[in-house]
Amino acid sequence: MISLSHYLTLGAILFSLAVVGIFLNRKNVIILLMSIELMLLSVNFNFVAFSHFRDDPAGQIFVFFILTVAAAEAAIGLAILVVLFRNRATINVADLDELKG
Amino acid sequence: MTFEHLIFYLFSAIVVFSALRVITVNNPVFAAMFLVLAFFTSAAIWLLLEAEFLAITLVLVYVGAVMVLFLFVVMMLDVNTVPEKEGFVKYLPVGLLVGAVMLVEMVFLITQRYFRDDAFPAPARQSDIGYSNTETLGRVLYDQYLFQFEIAAIILLVAIVAAIALTMRRRPDTKYQTPARQIEASKAGRLRINEVAPTARHARAGRSGAPAGASGDASAGKAS
Repeated sequence: MISLSHYLTLGAILFSLAVVGIFLNRKNVIILLMSIELMLLSVNFNFVAFSHFRDDPAGQIFVFFILTVAAAEAAIGLAILVVLFRNRATINVADLDELKG
Repeated sequence: MTFEHLIFYLFSAIVVFSALRVITVNNPVFAAMFLVLAFFTSAAIWLLLEAEFLAITLVLVYVGAVMVLFLFVVMMLDVNTVPEKEGFVKYLPVGLLVGAVMLVEMVFLITQRYFRDDAFPAPARQSDIGYSNTETLGRVLYDQYLFQFEIAAIILLVAIVAAIALTMRRRPDTKYQTPARQIEASKAGRLRINEVAPTARHARAGRSGAPAGASGDASAGKAS
């Protein structure tokens, strides 16, 4: 049988890839959002795996809510992206320095 | 190695490969497509974990809605793919370092002590024919987590309102109808009859323009 650590390791690999993606694609907001989606997916992997191995449906309920929040986050993030592109005609993170941060 | 292992490793390889392509590919459209592949394969692995409802939800909600939204935005924005890649090589070493350190730490934690196989033995496969994952989830969701469920609904509502409020704009040069003012318009406000002498029959009658407030049909004020 496949053990719990297999699934957790897969989730860890996915999460690390998403972190590396945030480092590599720090110019492109769209890929950054996709990396965040990958992170949420890896977290969901852990919840589903624990739910299965502990025989407790609460983990799957949690994934349900994470999916809800992730959908809301993607919708608002993309809306902000569209407004940003309309005003600045770029999605390059380096050009967004109006706040002097 | 059983057939289940084979399936697991195959799908895991596809997930990891597609996640790798998501973060390295140059074209955002391809990145979105590889993310779709990652979600699809993850759904298959969730089926392996007997989370059937969530697997289908992942395909329907993520592949069907969120990723289509992503693709829509990616294709709507005319993004230059070339300059966005600058800094890729520059940040590659530190990114790989951080990612590798995180991965090694997590794998050590997972495989060494707390989550070993004897601590969490694999449960037996569900053998009850009448068992339904959807029904189980529904009972828990609408019994114990009803309040949270309603909060999730409010979050979605707020997301809808925020997305529309952010992206909506009124263009001043767009022509649109105002139904209230169309209903307000009456004969008295638009029509004026001029009495003209019979001799001036073929002369052009004084044209009375529509009153300044009334929009729409401006040719209503012709004299007979």
